[in-house]
Amino acid sequence: MGMTMTQKILAAHAGLDHVEAGQLIEAELDLVLGNDITSPVAIKEMEKMNVDGVFHKDKIALVPDHFVPNKDIKSAQHCKCVREFARRNEITNYFEVGEMGIEHALLPEKGLTVAGDVIIGADSHTCTYGALGAFSTGVGSTDMAAGMATGKAWFKVPSAIRFRLVGKPAAWVSGKDVILHIIGMIGVDGALYKSMEFVGEGIRNLSMDDRFTIANMAIEAGGKNGIFPVDELAVAYMKEHSTKPYRIYEADEDAVYEEEYTIDLSSLQPTIAFPHLPENTKTIDEITEEIAIDQVVIGSCTNGRLNDLRIAAQVLNGRHVAPGMRCIVIPATQAIYLQAMEEGLLKIFIEAGAIVSTPTCGPCLGGYMGILAEGERCVSTTNRNFVGRMGHVDSEIYLASPAVAAASAVAGKISCPCRLS
Amino acid sequence: MQAAKGTVFKYGDNVDTDVIIPARYLNSSDPAELATHCMEDIDKEFIHNVSKGDIIVATKNFGCGSSREHAPIAIKAAGISCVIAETFARIFYRNAINIGLPIIECPEAAQAIEAGDTVEVNFDTGIITDVTRGVSYKGQAFPEFMQKIIAAEGLVNYINQKPDAH
Repeated sequence: MGMTMTQKILAAHAGLDHVEAGQLIEAELDLVLGNDITSPVAIKEMEKMNVDGVFHKDKIALVPDHFVPNKDIKSAQHCKCVREFARRNEITNYFEVGEMGIEHALLPEKGLTVAGDVIIGADSHTCTYGALGAFSTGVGSTDMAAGMATGKAWFKVPSAIRFRLVGKPAAWVSGKDVILHIIGMIGVDGALYKSMEFVGEGIRNLSMDDRFTIANMAIEAGGKNGIFPVDELAVAYMKEHSTKPYRIYEADEDAVYEEEYTIDLSSLQPTIAFPHLPENTKTIDEITEEIAIDQVVIGSCTNGRLNDLRIAAQVLNGRHVAPGMRCIVIPATQAIYLQAMEEGLLKIFIEAGAIVSTPTCGPCLGGYMGILAEGERCVSTTNRNFVGRMGHVDSEIYLASPAVAAASAVAGKISCPCRLS
Repeated sequence: MQAAKGTVFKYGDNVDTDVIIPARYLNSSDPAELATHCMEDIDKEFIHNVSKGDIIVATKNFGCGSSREHAPIAIKAAGISCVIAETFARIFYRNAINIGLPIIECPEAAQAIEAGDTVEVNFDTGIITDVTRGVSYKGQAFPEFMQKIIAAEGLVNYINQKPDAH
């Protein structure tokens, strides 16, 4: 019986010729990641273990990004704990404010995640690196601690669902619409414990930023990981950003998939997830009622990359956000911020009445930098619209692409660029 | 034999980690402090009504969303002795075991048991008994290593106890 792409990567890292779904394995880790929320708990756990230090100072990445620049004293204490641990253990890849970015945008950009890697991160969106053909998955702090100490983690080998992408997306349709469409189709537990393997000639019509967005939200369908084949675009990305050796794995022709779906990208429309689950999707044409909104957030590990900002700027150029609208734009890394500045995108945002923040996860998880009050509605390019996620328990989040978010900021209600005058 | 017995708090599908412990409280990692906000955004009364040993029962995909280990930590520190669900989100499942919070998958029990029932769970056999209604269900038994992790109150203590560790 053949293996899926994910199974092949796991087998290689477990020193086995063959693995199958359900098998328990111990795999060598290429990278262990943590942030300012999860690392303090992991550090405390690791310090209880009888170990001398970390397994490899170059194979751990610590990225304070959720509540930085420190939003309050308690957050500052957490960041201090992470900073001191990094210093004590001479962690190479610790990223201070000024160098940091949102972890899942930052690590590929810094060349720390490449094809064929096995990566765990104490952050559920660690699945993002599947866009480059790596196996990467989110874990909790105790697993992160064990990973930092031993360089290993146990896994149950996942079964898989195959998504065959064909065709080319229409104008204003991007990776976010693809993944929201899929989550709407299979549900928030549709891929529970499983790999989501993306294949098909349609992939060549998706930019790397689109692919990062799609892999990023595999977890919102319950998936263990999302993964793309490594094509010329992925190789070019790795060559531009990384000096790490990469290894390309391909699924066997007789690999077994529990389910298969074909998605014609040309048939997709701008798609919006209504409160309070990412599976509550509607296409823009299905929204007949007027949904007035108070705030728009364009950013996050899902949609804070350069292409996302370019699309938002294209929509906002020469326009202004609706009266009373708060539009918050958050470039995901310093490099993206700088490039957006050089391309004149930041000027467009500011002239349109939006604000531009330093990289942070802040509003996505209701931390700071854009909390919602009772009854308020937000269109957000982030990844979760759970009850209370961005603030008051009676606020509402509508998940959408940068194009829809920017158009909605201008219209003051849920809209898309094709509807703007 | 390890067992749990308590009064049931019942929830539906897709209870996410944001309602189990909202991110606005994640500037703390202290279990006792996290417990005071446990389930706050789905059930404000939970923390006032929960007693040590009580049990949470929910339907599909319990613990979906973020990887925050603070979620099972808050539930455990609030006094909950076991969570029963139809299915769990995978990161939550792993985290719960790692911190020593007993969890058990049993679709029949998750559907039938109601809020306020008294329920007993036998970890050796996976038998869940609704004492109030006099009905028993067969859930997934806890493998021995999992029982040892629970007894040690988490993976780290368990590893440290093992003579062959490292």
